[in-house]
Amino acid sequence: MDLKLAGALFVSFAKIGVMTFGGGYAMLPMLQREVVDARGWATEEELADYYAIGQCTPGVIAVNTATFIGQKLGGPLCAAAATLGVVFPSLVIITVIAALLSNFASYPIVRNAFAGIRVCVCALILNAVVKLWKKAVVDLPTALIFLAVLALAVFTGLSPVIFVVAAALAGVAVKAWGARK
Amino acid sequence: MMYLQLFWEFFKTGLFAVGGGMATVPFLSEMAERTGWFTPEMLADMIAVGESTPGPIGVNTATYVGYTVGGIPGGVVATLGLVLPSFFVILIVSAFLKAFRSNRYVERVFYGIRPASVAMIAAALVALLRICLVHTEALADGGIGALIDWRGLALFALVWVLTNLVKQTKKLHPIVFIAFSAAVGIVFRFAGA
Repeated sequence: MDLKLAGALFVSFAKIGVMTFGGGYAMLPMLQREVVDARGWATEEELADYYAIGQCTPGVIAVNTATFIGQKLGGPLCAAAATLGVVFPSLVIITVIAALLSNFASYPIVRNAFAGIRVCVCALILNAVVKLWKKAVVDLPTALIFLAVLALAVFTGLSPVIFVVAAALAGVAVKAWGARK
Repeated sequence: MMYLQLFWEFFKTGLFAVGGGMATVPFLSEMAERTGWFTPEMLADMIAVGESTPGPIGVNTATYVGYTVGGIPGGVVATLGLVLPSFFVILIVSAFLKAFRSNRYVERVFYGIRPASVAMIAAALVALLRICLVHTEALADGGIGALIDWRGLALFALVWVLTNLVKQTKKLHPIVFIAFSAAVGIVFRFAGA
């Protein structure tokens, strides 16, 4: 086991975690700089592969990519080091902010600010939905899955887990049926 | 005991949320309803903080929710719970990278999950919009016009235009729009405080 490599991975991914501002998609340029250019841990093509896998496996994209690179370089220990590295700054920063905000939450200025921010978050989520929609809804069956899940999710209290499992089965069924024709 | 439940809730989220940080939102919103650990309004605030601080949004929001539920250990437990399933999934996938990428069942499963994931985020958005822009409690004394928060709707439309249509602003980082909206909220007393 290579503790030195694990340490280097932790530090590098903590750095990437601090510099990633605004989620997984903002992380790619940081990853290229640190992992490909500075460290030579992966080639541009390998990184693109890891990132693509990170996007289509469950979980947070940035974390998945970190786990992948760590695993490829030095096995499970290094995967754990890279994963902990990428979440470590969030843990510290958010804990400090949460502790501060809970003290100021009742101040009128903070309440008004967050009432405005909440509206902004809605618009940002709408943008994310539109962007993901273009990649996900590509034909009639995917459009139907989208509409069915949207309607059920808005009007029933079913667990998201059920939707994911049902949609996975629907995907397999639709494609299998299409292939047989 | 509470930490165990917290861990389990986030483990489920990490296992089933496909498509990045925003895909965790529907899970968190259902968690709020079912457990009563936090309100939908608090969730919106936590997402906002998660978006405007360094680090992946999904991790930030999980840490914040965990901290709200169980203090510093809660934050750690929620974050580890979120990360653990994908950690194991990636370890397995990396051993079969070539087979995984070209496996037709994997492709078919994600063909189905992707639109469902977007639909769930859209449904969470509908719930959030209802909280931010609709005041059912004002209906009795103000009539239909008081039902909708027109100032909020105007800000929503403005942010949408700035992030989609205006060439000079649409590439700006989300934190710019969050800061701008905070200022608008303060100046126009959005919470009525």
